[in-house]
Amino acid sequence: MAKATREAYGEELARLVAENPKICVLDADLAGSTNSIKAAKVAPERFFDMGIAEANMVGVAAGLAASGYIPFASSFAMFATGRAWEQIRNSVAYPHLNVKIVGSHSGITVGEDGVTHQAIEDMAIMRNITGLEVYVPCDQYETKAVIRHVAQSGNPCYVRLGRSKVEDVFAEDYEFDITKINVLRRGEKIAVFACGLMVQSALEAAEMLKKDGINITVVDVCAIKPCDEEGITEILRTHDTIFTVEEHSVTGGLGSMICELAAEKCPRLVHRIGMYGFAESGSWSELLHEYRLDGEGVCGQIKEKLEM
Amino acid sequence: MNTESLMKHAKNIRKNIIKQVSNAKSGHPGGSLGAADILTVLYFNVMDITKENAHSLDRDRFVLSKGHASPLLYAVLAEKGIIPEEELMTFRKMNSRLQGHPDMNEIDGIDMTTGSLGQGLSASVGMALANRLEKNSHRIYCLIGDGEAEEGQIWEAAMAAGHYKLDNLCAVIDENGLQIDGKTSDIVSPAPFEDKFRAFGWNVLSIDGHDYEQIYDAFMKAKKMKGKPTCIVAKTIKGKGVSYMENEAGWHGKAPDAELTEVALRDLEGN
Repeated sequence: MAKATREAYGEELARLVAENPKICVLDADLAGSTNSIKAAKVAPERFFDMGIAEANMVGVAAGLAASGYIPFASSFAMFATGRAWEQIRNSVAYPHLNVKIVGSHSGITVGEDGVTHQAIEDMAIMRNITGLEVYVPCDQYETKAVIRHVAQSGNPCYVRLGRSKVEDVFAEDYEFDITKINVLRRGEKIAVFACGLMVQSALEAAEMLKKDGINITVVDVCAIKPCDEEGITEILRTHDTIFTVEEHSVTGGLGSMICELAAEKCPRLVHRIGMYGFAESGSWSELLHEYRLDGEGVCGQIKEKLEM
Repeated sequence: MNTESLMKHAKNIRKNIIKQVSNAKSGHPGGSLGAADILTVLYFNVMDITKENAHSLDRDRFVLSKGHASPLLYAVLAEKGIIPEEELMTFRKMNSRLQGHPDMNEIDGIDMTTGSLGQGLSASVGMALANRLEKNSHRIYCLIGDGEAEEGQIWEAAMAAGHYKLDNLCAVIDENGLQIDGKTSDIVSPAPFEDKFRAFGWNVLSIDGHDYEQIYDAFMKAKKMKGKPTCIVAKTIKGKGVSYMENEAGWHGKAPDAELTEVALRDLEGN
């Protein structure tokens, strides 16, 4: 069943907030959009709408965490990470406070709102902060597993979610180890690492390539930081050509992370598929098509690099 | 309230501010000296923090939003016996718990990591909300510099505290009228504080930040206030107690040399 990761977030948080009296929920006037409203309805006394003031929201979350609470602070990825970057660095990560920053509507698929709302740098700026964990789940079940994981981890983190509906990648009863990569398809020679919505595109591209007789490996990388070094290195070691696919700038995100690891552990040619500049307004499907991040686009980009 | 004993504590605290900054050859003496009387009253007559409960959340808490006044906070914690006085000589040095700006994970009794201006009041709002959820009667105190209030986040937090009617929160504006580049009135004036905080839904009190009676009364009035956070606007003299530092913006973030350190300690002894 197709469901947006932000919807899954709201559902899981609503469950957790009922279970754990230490969890509280903050939003910056986007509770309906981020879906944190679902948790707010379950525990209204632990929901704080901080208004359109993300810097303050993160600081307030830090104060709640310094008092033993587990705050989930949500907004659009652009504002949760961009507007409040220095607050996340100095008031959350440096004192290692147990704050969960959740950015919904990430990437270009926020769509018609256009470039001002399309976060394609959030992974890069969160990944750079010492001690802050970064997760990018790809479907509803992985999202729920991430939210359960971070609720009990005790560490500050950033979770990146999307606006549009995504098909299920995993079965409902799949047992996640959120610290590990998930190999979704095993092929030969060519491996694609993808995160978030791009896992769908990578899987679609793999189907298309199969028709041309090319069998590729597709890997879902949800734990961006800390990443599964061992698992990723093993994929690098057993494949010749590597692709990364992310709905994010090709600098600083998944592509960079894989390149860094490849450079240090197992040198391989890595092709980064993602955003090379700002996008524009449009429907999410039109945008994915235009910027070649849908299945067809990813398949085409892989073929071009392979000179097929 | 025993004014004589408070004066004795404040004198020790001021001398230890000078000694720390002088020994470290860097740090912020001006704003530390200026707010010393406020913190002396707060730590010795208002808050329930002791050496024994410093590690616990089950007490009143204090956020030094103007984190550069760390020599003041460290001197106060030493005066309370929470950190050893001799440790003050490690201030700003390698392997010290006494970082340039306060680190909550280094010392029990430092309630929030601060230093980047404008962030402490937001954390205080979070702590006050937490106390409300816990239904406890502990209070949250926050010291903000007047120059610091040029940061927009202070006003985001002020709006939230007023909106949530956080009567367990008390902010003090240390209004010394000076910042690094000169007079706040010449840079970008954040004054008048009284009207602004009142407009944001706060109970506002104006005091002389060096008058122990006024400081104590203001904290007591804040404690009694229901349905509103309190902002105490305290007029202070930056560098208070050291003749050549008083009202001099140049002593915001500069250490005195050996000779001037002697003068400063003599000034404070005669105070």
